[in-house]
Amino acid sequence: MITVFARPETLTTAKTHYCPGCTHGIIHRLVAEVIDELGIREETIGVCPVGCSVLAYHYFNLDMQEAAHGRAPAVATGIKRVLPDKTVFTYQGDGDLASIGAAEIVHAAARGEKITTIFVNNAIYGMTGGQMAPTTLLGQETMTSPHGRDAVTQGYPVRMAEMLATLDGAAFIARVSVHNPQEVAKAKKAIKTAFEVQLSGKGFSLVEVLSTCPTNWGLTPLEAIKWLQDNMIPYYPLGVKKERQEVKD
Amino acid sequence: MAKVLMKGNEALGEAAVRAGCRYFFGYPITPQNELPHYLARRLPEVGGVFLQAESEVAAINMVYGAAGAGARVMTSSSSPGISLKQEGLTYIAGAELPCVVVNMQRGGPGLGSIQPAQSDYFQAVKGGGHGDYRLIVLAPATIQEIVDLMGKAFDLADQYRNPVMILGDGILGQMMEAVEFPEQEQPAVLPAKPWASTGAKGRRPNLINSLYLNPEELEQHNERLQAKYAKIIANETMAESYLTDGAEIVLVGYGSSARIAKAAVDQARAQGIKAGLFRPITLFPFPKKEIQAACRQARQVLTVEMSMGQLVEDVRYNLEFKVPVHFYGRAGGMVPTTRAVLEQIKRLAEGGDLA
Repeated sequence: MITVFARPETLTTAKTHYCPGCTHGIIHRLVAEVIDELGIREETIGVCPVGCSVLAYHYFNLDMQEAAHGRAPAVATGIKRVLPDKTVFTYQGDGDLASIGAAEIVHAAARGEKITTIFVNNAIYGMTGGQMAPTTLLGQETMTSPHGRDAVTQGYPVRMAEMLATLDGAAFIARVSVHNPQEVAKAKKAIKTAFEVQLSGKGFSLVEVLSTCPTNWGLTPLEAIKWLQDNMIPYYPLGVKKERQEVKD
Repeated sequence: MAKVLMKGNEALGEAAVRAGCRYFFGYPITPQNELPHYLARRLPEVGGVFLQAESEVAAINMVYGAAGAGARVMTSSSSPGISLKQEGLTYIAGAELPCVVVNMQRGGPGLGSIQPAQSDYFQAVKGGGHGDYRLIVLAPATIQEIVDLMGKAFDLADQYRNPVMILGDGILGQMMEAVEFPEQEQPAVLPAKPWASTGAKGRRPNLINSLYLNPEELEQHNERLQAKYAKIIANETMAESYLTDGAEIVLVGYGSSARIAKAAVDQARAQGIKAGLFRPITLFPFPKKEIQAACRQARQVLTVEMSMGQLVEDVRYNLEFKVPVHFYGRAGGMVPTTRAVLEQIKRLAEGGDLA
């Protein structure tokens, strides 16, 4: 008998708390598959954010640290500087990374910290109940932009991948999506590249993954996937934003 | 080893290195800058890491990560920067991580000044951040004592898995004194940290965390922490009692203030006044038994502080309000003079009210 599908060793058997139609589960699995394939499960430390994926330490079968809101890149920096031969990654949402943790992610990237960040962007605060995020699209209704995000009073959504790609310390920056099997395959490839970039010591790597939040978007899972394709991808174009080959000293 | 003349901030850095500290994360702020300056040169020489973070907030969270990965790690700052570190400190206390945090206090509130002060006492000993937690707080009074306490600070942090604060002030950081370093450079064997997140090789994963969503579990976690603090209170108090046997007027002060008070005590004795000094070295745990012993015959107690009156509250509380406890302090970077403290002692000796 040939096994064609199994739980990656890097995932625990715990049932996740994620809502139906949320893509965190897919993204967790892709990270776990990559860690399995690279054979680094016992040499990897993950850092959880505050937000929907705050409990990711229940789901990853790895040594983990739980960071304060937005501080995961600083925590990961501390770990990596102590354990330079281990693989260290952060898993963060858009409120955590692009708002309260904007300074920490920018400077981890600028320093070229040899860590990998998985940045899950669903354009809203999920855990706290659907407030406006820095990545919320113009016109998007949230609990704190009830009439739709208005550029004049609430500013513009932030394209983190493009912004971080301008930094010399960033070695690999990509934006992917997981709304269909083809994109899932591309997302996995990008995540694998990001971890390989860390293993090769080239510098900071980040993969922004566009994600759905049917619960807080007020849509069914299928509608949410369509909304992501119709609205998020035009504003947040997919693709590799930065790929530096050489190792910077 | 021969004595060397060093600034307090630099001596602290060297003592930390000799205590086995190999990781420092910090952000510039006066009056503690000589410490990061020193470690930026020194740590790479011993295979360590010095990293200037983007903020105090980031620095303390780097400390969290490094401590969670099993390292002997330190950060330092001064009052406004220590306020920014409170978020990280409560997470570190909650996750029970060992580290050393230095506060070379300056005047406040707000941006305050860059001159020495002792107005962060409450923040240091009562918690500072949110939640029921305690730092172990050590208050050296001389640069030699800074050196002598650094090994102890890291050992206490490891032993209790708790953040330790060195509560100094701008005077201690900036002044130069002759110091002697211990011969032995660091503990021969640092304690094992089987709880650290170092990669789950051949074992179940380790988790560094302060989140307990189940209220029963969080209450139990808090009860464990309190039991730990009770053990610290029972076992780790340190204090100096100077001429307190038979003393009728006992001065109480820590750090730089205690040195000024000591000089005033000497002058009072020369004038025939039975004065003494009690100097807590641990501010948490507060040396309750020791202060009660030192004040056994005291008719008056006087705290000397570079604040508007913070230590005085703990002195009254720990003396159980049995003795009149007075306060004399200067704030905002102003330093009490020996003459002014002596005046206070004389007024108390004459039974008069303090100005």
